[in-house]
Amino acid sequence: MSNHIHPIASLLAAVARGISGVQVQWAGCEPDERQRIYFANHSSHLDFVVLWSALPSEIRAKTRPIAAKDYWEATPLRRYLTQNVFHAVFLERGSPAKAKNPEEHHFAGRYVIEEMSDALGTENSLILFPEGTRGTGEKVGPFRSGLYHLAVRRPDVELVPAYLENLNRILPKGEFLPVPMLSLLTFGKPLHVEPDEHKDDFLERAREAVSSLRRIGSA
Amino acid sequence: MFQAIHDAKLVWLYGGVLFLLLISTLIGNILRSRHRTDASRTTIDNLNARIRAWWKMSAIFAVAVVSGRVGSLILFAIISFLAMREYMTLVPTRRGDHRTLFWSFFVIMPLQYYLVGIQWYVLFAIMIPVLACIFIPPSIAIAGDTEHFLERASKIQFGIMVCVYSLSHAPALLLLKIPGFEGHDARLLLYLVVVDQMSDVLQYVWGKLIGKHKIAWRVSPNKTWEGFVGGVISATALGTALWWATPFTPLQSAGMSLMICILGFNGSLVMSAIKRDIGIKDFGVVIEGHGGILDRIDSLCFAAPIFFHLVRYYFVP
Repeated sequence: MSNHIHPIASLLAAVARGISGVQVQWAGCEPDERQRIYFANHSSHLDFVVLWSALPSEIRAKTRPIAAKDYWEATPLRRYLTQNVFHAVFLERGSPAKAKNPEEHHFAGRYVIEEMSDALGTENSLILFPEGTRGTGEKVGPFRSGLYHLAVRRPDVELVPAYLENLNRILPKGEFLPVPMLSLLTFGKPLHVEPDEHKDDFLERAREAVSSLRRIGSA
Repeated sequence: MFQAIHDAKLVWLYGGVLFLLLISTLIGNILRSRHRTDASRTTIDNLNARIRAWWKMSAIFAVAVVSGRVGSLILFAIISFLAMREYMTLVPTRRGDHRTLFWSFFVIMPLQYYLVGIQWYVLFAIMIPVLACIFIPPSIAIAGDTEHFLERASKIQFGIMVCVYSLSHAPALLLLKIPGFEGHDARLLLYLVVVDQMSDVLQYVWGKLIGKHKIAWRVSPNKTWEGFVGGVISATALGTALWWATPFTPLQSAGMSLMICILGFNGSLVMSAIKRDIGIKDFGVVIEGHGGILDRIDSLCFAAPIFFHLVRYYFVP
């Protein structure tokens, strides 16, 4: 995957920063070119662009979003933005209900993890929203297991929690016109999966790491 | 455009502002070199930061005024935008308010400043208090969320009244046609801003020097009777001494300044009460780096409309 920044991506990043007036705080770590998985709460279409725009440009060029295939491939514009502009990694949203039997689900899940691991490669970073879908912004929903499996598969990559605050009020789910309120983005302390840590325990710990970064409190 | 530079009295007014800034920078530096304890250091660093901010604000204001009516209008429109942004960020709104907020930011606010620009006085005067205030409640209701409905409608109405409607009266001074004062309207705007802001500053200074008796300690621990009286008297004296730059006689200028100072105090008091209610100290503190524009202009928002109407009633035939 090419590592240059598409001009439209830079433009969208500048627009998103302007609209969201985002104030970035690196509370638990510093910007670093090492490989990372940034994972954050999800409440707005602006989430990814704002998080991405907060990274220094040399890191930005190597940081790719994870996009849900069913949604982002649905229209030509969405596909163009995710694929050509942001070099997204497309994934099937894992849903236990869709799989005909547990084994098939397990197999699909493994495939997804492999794909994310490939996308990381040796020098890329990823931006992931482990809730899997946009919430109302009131609280951080339960995390899907992909983050855990990816973390186990790639222990060399740092997991950085981030909290995006107020973006649900700027561009909530279902709206396409933004209201230019101010927002906050806080990066927390990197996590790793502990030896023998159970999947659910880790996912809860990761979720807690994200929601503890909230600065203003509920609206 | 640029005619303002040829207005000698305006240049004198600016010269005065520049002189004050120089003096305060000097005092700030002397104080910094004298005080060694950490506590006084913090206060003085804060003071010096404020003085540096005043240099920047004065420079921006000067550029806007010198570039003529359009420059002033754009400047005040930007200030309105930033102030309303701070206000709406910190005042709780709900999902159902989204479209109303969008209209407030991108239609009502630009329209208000456009009306000032084209000098359509009647529509400018009723746009927000009548039209927008009738528009806002139904546009929230149509979203279907009735939770805290009255509160939400009122919060948006109040925000847009203070941040947009009230403030737009400051640049609207530029369209008043005062006989014998044609082409000098920039002075009137500068007069309002200088008296209003100096009243804030002097109330702060008097309060720091001799402040003891709190006016409403629950609302703002920094507002004392000594600061209020000292600040209002000294700012009124300053305003009176600036009568030569205005269409007023010295006595009229004293009355106008007194009115600006007292209304400005009320504006700060109301905004402090809102901040206490929300649970923050400054509109700029929660969102560091974004200034706290509303903290700076709260007094102006209350003084500008009444000053505008007094001038219009008594000095425009």
